Amino acid sequence: MSEATRDAFEQAMDRRVIRGRSLYVDAWHRLLKNKAAVAALVVLAIMIIMVIVGPMLSDWDHEIPDWDHYSTPPSLETGHLFGTDALGRDLFVRTMIGGQISLLVGLVATLVSLVIGISYGAVAGYFGGRVDNIMMRFVDGIYAMPFMFFVIVLMVIFGRNIFLIFVAIGAVNWLDMARIVRGQTLSLKNKDFVEAARACGATEMQIIRRHIVPNLLGVVIVYVTLTIPQVILVESFLSFLGLGVQEPLTSWGALVNEGAQELETAPWSLLFPASFLALTLFAFNFLGDGLRDALDPKDRF
Amino acid sequence: MRTPVLEVRDLSVHFRVDTGRLFRHDYHTIRAVDQVSFDVHSAETLGIVGESGCGKSTLARAILGLVRAHGGSVQWLGKELLGLSEEEMRGKRREIQLIFQDPSGSLDPRMTVGQIVAEPLRTFYPSMSKLQVRERVQGIMQLVGLSPQQINRYPHEFSGGQCQRIGIARALVVNPRLVVCDEPVSALDVSIQAQIVNLLKDLQKKLQLSLIFIAHDLSVVRHVSDRVMVMYLGRVMEVADRDSIYLKPRHPYTRALIESVPIPDPVKERDRARRSLEGDMPSPLNPPTGCVFRTRCPHAIDECAREVPALETLDNGNQVACIRHREIVGETGDGRRETEAGSG
Repeated sequence: MSEATRDAFEQAMDRRVIRGRSLYVDAWHRLLKNKAAVAALVVLAIMIIMVIVGPMLSDWDHEIPDWDHYSTPPSLETGHLFGTDALGRDLFVRTMIGGQISLLVGLVATLVSLVIGISYGAVAGYFGGRVDNIMMRFVDGIYAMPFMFFVIVLMVIFGRNIFLIFVAIGAVNWLDMARIVRGQTLSLKNKDFVEAARACGATEMQIIRRHIVPNLLGVVIVYVTLTIPQVILVESFLSFLGLGVQEPLTSWGALVNEGAQELETAPWSLLFPASFLALTLFAFNFLGDGLRDALDPKDRF
Repeated sequence: MRTPVLEVRDLSVHFRVDTGRLFRHDYHTIRAVDQVSFDVHSAETLGIVGESGCGKSTLARAILGLVRAHGGSVQWLGKELLGLSEEEMRGKRREIQLIFQDPSGSLDPRMTVGQIVAEPLRTFYPSMSKLQVRERVQGIMQLVGLSPQQINRYPHEFSGGQCQRIGIARALVVNPRLVVCDEPVSALDVSIQAQIVNLLKDLQKKLQLSLIFIAHDLSVVRHVSDRVMVMYLGRVMEVADRDSIYLKPRHPYTRALIESVPIPDPVKERDRARRSLEGDMPSPLNPPTGCVFRTRCPHAIDECAREVPALETLDNGNQVACIRHREIVGETGDGRRETEAGSG
């Protein structure tokens, strides 16, 4: 290499700004090495695409019955891949629509609990003392309320409504989130970098936003992936009790409920929604496990 | 005489702890910092030494207003800092910055170096453009010996010494007048310690900084300080210029500290007569009456238990808190110390 080219090379190297690898990028790479977690990710991706695209591709509608086929088993000839239910509605489309609702409930309710839980828990934990005491006793108070009773009262007062389900589930789930976040915040707020930020003149709210919340995310992400299936299950349970979504809309829980009633005559009407539900829950749990392993390793540095 | 930039008078920080059980409260007061007074002049380094738990770090935090002081006064450029509102104090923090002991713990692991160093700029100069901030950050990184290319790296990708440089860069980015260094090299390897200490000295000369350098390593303090303050159990034992402290220590505690420094020569070290201190530091929950050091002092007499010795200012400006320092220096010191005692 001649002197000139070497100089040019070194200059080029000098100008290059080195890109750092954040802890999240590291965690992402660790996650990709975990086969179960990757499989779960793939399953979830396929599931989401399917429930969105599926109903569009099908010739059938989730509410209009096929008058010629009541309770028919799955068959390619009739075009009902998953069969039909007792009212002649196509089960494939209904399972996909049910999936939309179930996943939506899972995501939205978790998001609601996430936002409330993080802000509530971070504030309680960071300010500590009396503020913490009052805020957490309030949480304990709500905790003591019987959840099912709360939901039934809501349903009776406001009527059955999908948004009410979001509210009801979110209103209960943020309690757990707030407790977890508070605990984490308690340990974070004594770290040197928080004091450094105070010495740099940052206000309390700036510290919470810039330093506390970003450092909480690792734990929170794991908890979120474990909350989504839990919420889906709660919704299923509500639907099973007949408190969930309203016909003709449906959810996996509602479909399982209907399927269970016809188990002896039409086992397929239980089989398909139940397997989709189970598969999704499995995938979320595996993903959660994988994320925990990837993010946890005691901040591997 | 020059007027000091920082004047601390009778600063006390007390913590209340509850040692009671379940339903019974039993409050005790820990005097972490008790009636501490000292000055820091412009472009001067004041070293603060003392054993672990003697209140050095608490003192540093009290000056910056990070811990609430119980009494006394802290005057910065003639203005009182204690009792300022949180908002007013925030403005002052631009001029007084802090460097931490744990290099990586004091850096937010989720932020890049650029974000960490830029944080004080973001709070103190919110109107600065992104480009200006970036230029300033890269300039300061160069100044502390970091490559500006590493601006997008994360703290875990750096060594301890480099992390400490990042901490220094963050402290200096807003052009402070005083930097409080809370054991900045205790967590580093010896070879790195020298680099960081020399970096601080260089920067001090370049930027005309005043430094408060807290450490428990006497040789490091000797290297950087102009004056040294010795603390024990939250109280000032002695304040003196560097040479007096090391060559002619007056307070028995200072003497014990200096004598405990190992000599890096095994033959001399073996032959040296050593009078190490007996026992441990008493509990700050229940400090001795009178002079706090008397329980371990080889020269203690009954009178030491009666009264807290005042910090006495000698002719050369040095200060010592011991009622017997003249006798002690006279009885055990060499000729040079004798004359010093006579003149003092």
